[in-house]
Amino acid sequence: MGKLLAIVLVLIAVLSAYPIVAHMFVLPEDISTHGHAIDDQLHETMLEAGLSFVGAQIVLAVFVWGFADRKKGSQLKNFPGGAKVAVIAAFVLVGTEVLALGVLGQEAWAEVYFTPAKPNAIQVQVQAEQFAYYFRYAGPDGKFGAIHPDKIDEGNQNYFGLDPANEVEARDDIVSGELVVPVNREVQLLMHAKDVGHSFYVRELRLQQDFVPGLDLSVHFTATKTGKYEIVCTQLCGLGHYNMKAYLNVMSEEDYEKWLKEQAAQ
Amino acid sequence: MGTKQAVVVGLAMLVVAATAKAGPPAGGTISGKVTYEGTPAKMKPIDMSKEPSCAKMYTTPPLAETVVTGAGNTLENVVVYISAGAPDDAVPSTAAVFTQKGCRYIPHVLAFQVNQEIKIQNEDQTSHNIHPLPKINREWNKSQPPGTPAISEKYDKAEIFPVKCNVHPWMHGNFAVLKNSHYAVTGDGGAFSLPNLPPGKYTVTAWHESYGDQTQEVTISGSESKTITFVFKAKPY
Repeated sequence: MGKLLAIVLVLIAVLSAYPIVAHMFVLPEDISTHGHAIDDQLHETMLEAGLSFVGAQIVLAVFVWGFADRKKGSQLKNFPGGAKVAVIAAFVLVGTEVLALGVLGQEAWAEVYFTPAKPNAIQVQVQAEQFAYYFRYAGPDGKFGAIHPDKIDEGNQNYFGLDPANEVEARDDIVSGELVVPVNREVQLLMHAKDVGHSFYVRELRLQQDFVPGLDLSVHFTATKTGKYEIVCTQLCGLGHYNMKAYLNVMSEEDYEKWLKEQAAQ
Repeated sequence: MGTKQAVVVGLAMLVVAATAKAGPPAGGTISGKVTYEGTPAKMKPIDMSKEPSCAKMYTTPPLAETVVTGAGNTLENVVVYISAGAPDDAVPSTAAVFTQKGCRYIPHVLAFQVNQEIKIQNEDQTSHNIHPLPKINREWNKSQPPGTPAISEKYDKAEIFPVKCNVHPWMHGNFAVLKNSHYAVTGDGGAFSLPNLPPGKYTVTAWHESYGDQTQEVTISGSESKTITFVFKAKPY
C-alpha cells in the first residue's frame, strides 16, 4: 500500500508539471515594451517553483517507498538533528528561492513603476466610476480644463464636470469612452477614481493599477501592436463590477490624428 | 296637442336629453407650440462601447437627448401641464410604460399622474438598474435582468425628476408626476394640446430639463380654443 502511494506521488508530480513544460498554456500576446520583463519573471518563477516542487515530491516518494510497510516492532530512526534541522533547512531553501525571485524581478517592477514618463508622452486622463471608464484628451490647446465635481452631469455627457461655458481650456477637451492611442508612442495615464476603488488592467499590456479614491495616480506604457484590447476592472466596485470595461484601441499614427480631429469636431 | 303629437314630442325630448348626456364634454382647449431662441448646445454621440449588446443595435451612435430640437426652432420633450386652476383628477387605471431599449429610455420624458401605476420594461439583452432621483418622493433603485417581468411602481407626490441607470452612466430620462390629467409632452414639431378644460382661470406651466420652466395664465370662458407659445432661451453649453 505504501509503495503504491509512492508511485502515485511521483505520477501526480510529473503529470502536473507536464502541461507547463509542454507550454500547453500560452500567455496572451505581449504588446508592450515592458511586457518581456514581466513574462521573463513569470517563467523564472515557474521554473524555480516547478523544479523545487517536483524535486520535493520525488524525495518524499523515495522516503515513502523506503519506509512503507515496516515490519512490526522495527526501530524508528530519526532524521539527524530532528525536526529543528528540517525546519531551518526549509526556511533557508524557500527563503533563498523567494529572495532570488525578488532580486531578479525588481528590475521589471522598476521599469514599470519607478521610471518617470518621458516628457513628450501623450497624456490621457482616466476617470474610473461606477461602472465605466472615461478618458480625456487635452485637445489642440494641450491644456486640460479644470474639473468641477459639482458640475458633473452624466445625462448631458459631462462626466468630468467641465465648465466650457466659462473656461476656455475646457472647450476643446475630448472626452471618450474608448482609450485611443497611437502605436509605438509612450502614453501616460493620469488616473483618479470618481467614487470607490477600481482598477485598470490590460493583460496584453502586462499593466495593472488600482484607482484609490483620493489619490492621483499615474502609469505609463508604450503599445507595440495595433488592435483592440479589453480594459477590465479588477477591483470589486459594486453590483456592476462584472460589466465594467472599456476598450484600448491602438491605432497607427495617422489614424490616431484622424480620430483626434473627428472628436474635436463633435 | 293630440295624444299622438304629445307622444312624438315626448319621445323627441327623451332623444334630445339622451344625446345631450352622451355628447362630448363641453370645454375649451389650450394649445400651441414650444420654441427656443438662441443657439442650443450640440448634442454629442453616446459612446456605448462598454455594452456591445446595445452598441450593435445602432449603425451610427445615437445622440444625447437633453436638448432635442426640430424644424422652426421647436423644442421636444417639454412637459406642458395645468399647474393651477384645475382640480386633482381620479387615478387612471391604465399604466404608463417606460421602456429600456438599446440602452436608452423610451420615452425620454414620461408624464403620468400621482398614484398612477408605471410599468418599467427591460427589452435589452443586458441587466439594467433603474434609479429615479426624486427629492420629495421616496428614492429607490431596482435591478432588472433581461427577460424578467416589468417593474410596477407609483409615486404619491407631484414632482418632476431625473431617472438614471446605475449600470450605464449615459442613460438618462425624466419622470413628471402630475396632479391632473391635463398635460402633454411635446414631440417632433413642439406642439401641445390641452383639451376638455371647463371654464376657469388656469396657470399653464412648461418644463424643459435643461432650460427650466415658464408659466402663463389663460382664462377659458366657454368652449373656445386658445393658442399660446412658450419661448425658451437656449444655451450653447
